[in-house]
Amino acid sequence: MRRTRTGWLLLAPSMIILFVVGIVPFIYVLYVGFFDWNLFSASREMTFNGVNNYRQLVFDPLFLDAIWVTIRFTFFAVVSQLIIGFFLAQLLLRDFPGKSFFRTIHTVPLMIAPIAIGAIWRLLTIPGFGPIPYLLDRWFDFEFNIGNNATQAFLAIVIMDIWHWTPFVTLTMLAGLSALPAEPREAAQVDGANSWQIFRFITLPQMQPVVLTVLFIRIMDGLRTVDEINMLTNGGGPGTSTRTIGIHIFRVVFPQTDYGYGSAMSLLTLYLTIVACWFLFVSLTAVRKR
Amino acid sequence: MKINTRKVLSYAFTYVVWIIVTIVTILPVYWMFVISARSRVELFNAPNLIISSFYTQNYTNVIYDRTFQSYMMNSVIVSTGNAVLVTALALLATYALSRYDLVGKDNIFFTTLTQRMAPPAAFLLPLFLLYTQVFAFGEGRARWDLYDTQIGLILLYCVFNLPFAIWLLKGIIDGIPVELDEAAYVDGATTSMVIRRIILPLAAPGLAVTLILSWVFAWNEYLLAATLTNFNARTITTGLAEFVTVTGTNWGEMAAVAMLTLVPSLIVVAFAQRYLVAGLTFGAVKN
Repeated sequence: MRRTRTGWLLLAPSMIILFVVGIVPFIYVLYVGFFDWNLFSASREMTFNGVNNYRQLVFDPLFLDAIWVTIRFTFFAVVSQLIIGFFLAQLLLRDFPGKSFFRTIHTVPLMIAPIAIGAIWRLLTIPGFGPIPYLLDRWFDFEFNIGNNATQAFLAIVIMDIWHWTPFVTLTMLAGLSALPAEPREAAQVDGANSWQIFRFITLPQMQPVVLTVLFIRIMDGLRTVDEINMLTNGGGPGTSTRTIGIHIFRVVFPQTDYGYGSAMSLLTLYLTIVACWFLFVSLTAVRKR
Repeated sequence: MKINTRKVLSYAFTYVVWIIVTIVTILPVYWMFVISARSRVELFNAPNLIISSFYTQNYTNVIYDRTFQSYMMNSVIVSTGNAVLVTALALLATYALSRYDLVGKDNIFFTTLTQRMAPPAAFLLPLFLLYTQVFAFGEGRARWDLYDTQIGLILLYCVFNLPFAIWLLKGIIDGIPVELDEAAYVDGATTSMVIRRIILPLAAPGLAVTLILSWVFAWNEYLLAATLTNFNARTITTGLAEFVTVTGTNWGEMAAVAMLTLVPSLIVVAFAQRYLVAGLTFGAVKN
């Protein structure tokens, strides 16, 4: 009995901080979400308006558009990262001179501040002195300008994310691959399986748990991406073509000081993300058990 | 003979791929370094990778700037404060979760993961209201609130770093045999002695990794710092974003600031590389 109490005492400081900064704001916002409240309007009063904020939100084209951009961005980036990362991890499996050098350099983007990654890619793609538009224009006579072409801007943020996060997939896949038992592969080799068959029927099923974990973490982080896109496309431009839900809240909703509406949107975003994540988590663990 | 050719070819393939990957990784960072070494006039020549003359003013202008110095100081204070706080709290919490029979402890453990999954953008307005409306005391000049304070940032980074630290440390503390604690308790040790004399030394490498990674995450954070500070507690990442303005960006100085932001990250890659995988997957994948 005495020991249980000590346990709760040790846990208490962490729980209190997580509760105060992580949960209390959302309880408060749940309340504010039912009001019409703008600190900088003529009447600074809170007026109760029921579920009006939420009703407005469901039909807000900007909000829905931002969600769609976020989903598309996460999909293209994560699929590419998984394929490239798996391939690179395969190439790192056996030893060769210089392996640890290549591996270390490959890790660098993971630790760079996302905002600095945005800055790096801005400098690469900026019309005028950026090398990418310059070379594309010179070699292929192709006009590349992420400032006014929506498709190219979207492509740029996906490529930037691939550059940033593929090392994460490579390293985790490599850790997973090196931990696999070698016997099934050797047995298949003796039985005359070719390398594609070994990959498809032995390595891939063995790797399933690691692949699913990586997929889960990457999707979860992809949905949260704000900093680097905000920096690269200057707040989701051109138009709304690269404006993810995070950027929408940060650049459009937050400065409007419409606290009631913003609260409703924050809460709905949080709710949607958590539901999506748990849905993903549950379906992934179901696949794993099968 | 045939096998040998295949072997050579496959090695050659590996090298070609990895040399390309290395160039693709390094070149963008190097390009930023090149920009940071050029004056405004030089920028608009055709892009070339050779640094013929190093324009140091981009760096000196920034380093001797009072505002930038205070941003840098804030970043150091906030990340260090947060990393130390998070590691200390996580050590106590994981010890409790690992050694005590607490009701619903698995639920607590998974709830912390939910907090880590939450998109930071959803926290902007809630935390802004919390810091300016709820934790606000006094009126007028004597008014005090958590908005635009270093302690405010230190506390709010716990939302993301504390769950991460708890998940990472859980595996490490679970790996320390319970028999060691029990032997110490039999000899009359108190809980605080067990944590300080047994757990702390044995978990030291894990604690160091937690400390370093939390530090980097706090150092790299931009979104929340940009909305929850105004002037006094601004960090270096928000300073970097401030360079991009409508009237014209000084790209050289921006690149210089970004290079300075990179330095700690590069040091971390050099030292903590081995633990990165376990750290970034919350201990789900080990290497």
